[in-house]
Amino acid sequence: MNTMQVSFGEKKDNAAQAEHAVKMSARDVKVFYGDNEALHGINMDILENEVIAFIGPSGCGKSTFLRCLNRMNDTIDTARVTGLVTLDGKDIYDRSLDVVQLRAQVGMVFQKPNPFPKSIFENIAYGPRLHGLVDNKRDLDEVVESSLRRAGLWDEVKDRLEAPGTGLSGGQQQRLCIARAIAVSPEVILMDEPCSALDPIATSIIEELIDELKGSYTIAIVTHNMQQAARVSDKTAFFHLGNLVELNDTREIFTNPQDSRTEDYITGRFG
Amino acid sequence: MSNLVLMTLLLMVMALAYQLGLTRSKRVAVTTNGTGFRMHSRPTYHGMLVAFWAVVPAAAIFAVWSLAQPGIINALVLAQLPPEFQPTTDTEQRILLRRLANLASGFGLTEEAADYELAAAAYLNQLHGIGRTLMTALMAAVAATALVLAWRRIEPHLRARNQMESIIRWLLIICSTVAILTTVGIVLSMLGEAFRFFTFVNPLDFFFGTTWNPRFSTVGTDGQTGFGMLPLLWGTLMIALIALAVAIPVGLMAAIYMAEYAPSKVRSTAKPIIEVLAGIPTIVYGFFALITVGPFLNQLGASFGLEIRTTSALTAGVVMGIMIIPFISSLSDDIITQVPKAMRDGSLGLGATKSETIRKVVLPAALPGIVGAILLAASRAIGETMIVVLAAGNSPVLTANPFEAVSTMTVTIVNQLTGDLDFASPQSLVAFALGLTLFVITLLLNVVALVIVRKYREQYE
Ligand SMILES: Nc1ncnc2c1ncn2[C@@H]1O[C@H](COP(=O)(O)OP(=O)(O)O)[C@@H](O)[C@H]1O
Ligand SMILES: [Mg+2]
Repeated sequence: MNTMQVSFGEKKDNAAQAEHAVKMSARDVKVFYGDNEALHGINMDILENEVIAFIGPSGCGKSTFLRCLNRMNDTIDTARVTGLVTLDGKDIYDRSLDVVQLRAQVGMVFQKPNPFPKSIFENIAYGPRLHGLVDNKRDLDEVVESSLRRAGLWDEVKDRLEAPGTGLSGGQQQRLCIARAIAVSPEVILMDEPCSALDPIATSIIEELIDELKGSYTIAIVTHNMQQAARVSDKTAFFHLGNLVELNDTREIFTNPQDSRTEDYITGRFG
Repeated sequence: MSNLVLMTLLLMVMALAYQLGLTRSKRVAVTTNGTGFRMHSRPTYHGMLVAFWAVVPAAAIFAVWSLAQPGIINALVLAQLPPEFQPTTDTEQRILLRRLANLASGFGLTEEAADYELAAAAYLNQLHGIGRTLMTALMAAVAATALVLAWRRIEPHLRARNQMESIIRWLLIICSTVAILTTVGIVLSMLGEAFRFFTFVNPLDFFFGTTWNPRFSTVGTDGQTGFGMLPLLWGTLMIALIALAVAIPVGLMAAIYMAEYAPSKVRSTAKPIIEVLAGIPTIVYGFFALITVGPFLNQLGASFGLEIRTTSALTAGVVMGIMIIPFISSLSDDIITQVPKAMRDGSLGLGATKSETIRKVVLPAALPGIVGAILLAASRAIGETMIVVLAAGNSPVLTANPFEAVSTMTVTIVNQLTGDLDFASPQSLVAFALGLTLFVITLLLNVVALVIVRKYREQYE
C-alpha cells in the first residue's frame, strides 16, 4: 500500500465535454491575519458544476482561500481580505451585496461535523426557516425530506427525525451537515476537509455523494488526501505557502505536474 | 508554664528534630556511600519524619490531657469536700465549682469565703499545678523518646519519603473530615432545635399558617399561635423574584455582549469590574437601598401616582438584583464562551446573522448552563440577609403588592435571635425551624443547579 494508486473518474477522460461557464472567480486575493499575510494574491476561476479540489501542505492557506468564497473570513476579527472575488460576475465583497444572501448561495461544510444540538429535523429546517424559503409545515417537511434524500441519509434517519442530530455517527453527522447546506438550495458548496474526521467507509460514502451532487452544484473541496482529490475532482489547485502554484485538470496535475513543488508534494517528498 | 510557651517550645523541638534528622541522614548517606548503599529518600524527608514523631505524639498528649484534666480535677475536689457541704443538685454543683475556681484564681468574688471553700480552692490550685507539671513532664518524655527512636531509625533503606507521603495524606483527610463533620454538625443541631420547636407548635401550623405574629405567652401553655411561616416564605420569594427580574435580563445581556460582541480587551476589563459587584459587602448594599434606591423609587412612584414605600419588597428586590448580576453574567459568559465555535460557524455559514446565531443556536446550546447560573443566583438571593434587614421594611404580612413592606425568613431569624434570649421558648427556637427550611430550599436549588450544569458540561467534552 505504499505506492499511490491514482484512479480517475471516467467523465474527465471525455475531453470533448462542453466548456463550463465561470461560476466564481478570484483576482489578486490577499488575506491578512493582523499583519501576517496568509495569501499572496490568488487568481482562480471556478467553473460551474465542476468539482475543484484544493490541495497543499498544512498551513498553506487552503481553508483561508475557501473561506474567502463565502466571506466566512468576516467572522474572524483579525482577518482582512483584499482583491476581487465574484459570483456570477458580481463582486461578493461589494457593499451592496448582502452576506446573508451570499451564504445562502454559497454553502459550507466544515472539517468537523458540527450539527446543532437540536433534532435532525430542526438541523435541516434551520436554513429554510432562516431565509423564509417555506411558509408552511408541509413545504418544510418536503424540503427536509428531499435534502436528506439528496444527502443519502433519508433511509437511515426517516424514523427518528426528532432524535438529536448529535446522536448520529460521525459520517452520518457529516451527511447531515451536507443536507443542511443543501436545504437552502445553494449554487456552490464549499467543503473544508469534510472527511478528515471520518473512517474510510464513511469517507467513501461522502465521496460518492459528492460525485452525485456535482451535476447540480459547483463544489470546492479542500482535502489532505490526494487519492480523494484524484477520485472526486475535475480540477485540482495546488497551494504552497500562501500561493496558488498550479491549477489544472486533475489528471494533468497528477500525471504531468508543471511545477517542481507540485511534483514534490504529490510524490510525497514533503507535506 | 502557659500553653503559649508550651506550643512555642514544641515548635522549637520540631525545628531541632528536623535538623537532627537532616544531619544524621546526610551522615548515614556519606558513610554508606563507599559500600555502595544509596539513600532511599532524600534527607529532607528524613528530617520531616523525625520532626513529625518528635512533635505529634506530644501534641496529642497535650490535647487529650487538656480535655480530660478539668473533669478529673473537679471530681477530686468535690470528693474531698466535707459531706455536709456536698452540693445536691447539678445547678448547685455548677455554682459551687464556679465559685471555687474564682477563689482559686482570686478574681470575681462576691462574698466572704467559708473555710471549707478556701481549703477546696487551695486543693484545686494544687491539683492544677500537679496536673500541669505531670503533663509537661510526660510530653517532654514522649517527645524525647520518639525523637531518639525516630532518629536512630534513620538508615539508607528507611522509606521516609513514602511514610511522609502517607502522613500528609492523612493530614489532608483529617482536614476534609473536619469540614464535613462541621456541616453535619450544623445540620444536626438545627434539626435538633427545630424538632424541639415542633414540640411547641404543630408543624402544619408552622408550614401552612398565614399569620406571623409570635407573642410571648407563658412557656408550656398550649395554643402557641402566630407561627405561620407563609408570609415570610412569600416575602422571601417575592423579593427573590424581583431580584431575578432585575438580574436575569441585565446579567444575561451583559454576558452575551461580553462573550459575543466585546473585543477581548473590553471583555477582560469589564468582567472583573462587574464581578466587583459580588464582592461589595451586603451591608453596603443595604445602606444604598435605604438611602438612595428607596427614596428614588418612592419619588418615581409618586410621579406616576403610585405609592411605593421607601422600604419595600421592590426596594430590597431591586438592590438584591444588582448584587446578583455578576453571578448570572459571569457564569453565563463562561458558558456561552464554551459553546464551540464550530456551532456558530455552522449557523453563520448557512447565512444566519450574528444575532440570529446567538438566539437560535448559541443560547439554546448554552441554556442548561445558564439555567444553572440563574438557580445559583436565586439561592444566593434567598439566603441574603443584610439587604432585606435594612430595606424590606420588616412587616411580616401576606401581601401581593411589591410596593408594600414585607419581611423574609432571614430577617425574621435575625429578629428572633436578637435581644434577651430564652432558648427554651418557641420564640427563639422558631429561628432554627426557619433556618432549616431555608437551608433545605437553597440546598435543593443548588443541587438542581449543579446537576444541570454538570449535564451541560458532558455535552461538549
Ligand atoms: N484565525 C486565524 N488567525 C490567525 N492566523 C490564521 C488564522 N487561520 C489561519 N491562520 C494562518 O493562516 C495560514 C493559512 O492557514 P489555513 O488557511 O488554515 O491553512 P490550511 O487550511 O491550508 O492548512 C496559516 O499560517 C495559519 O497560521
Ligand atoms: Mg485547513
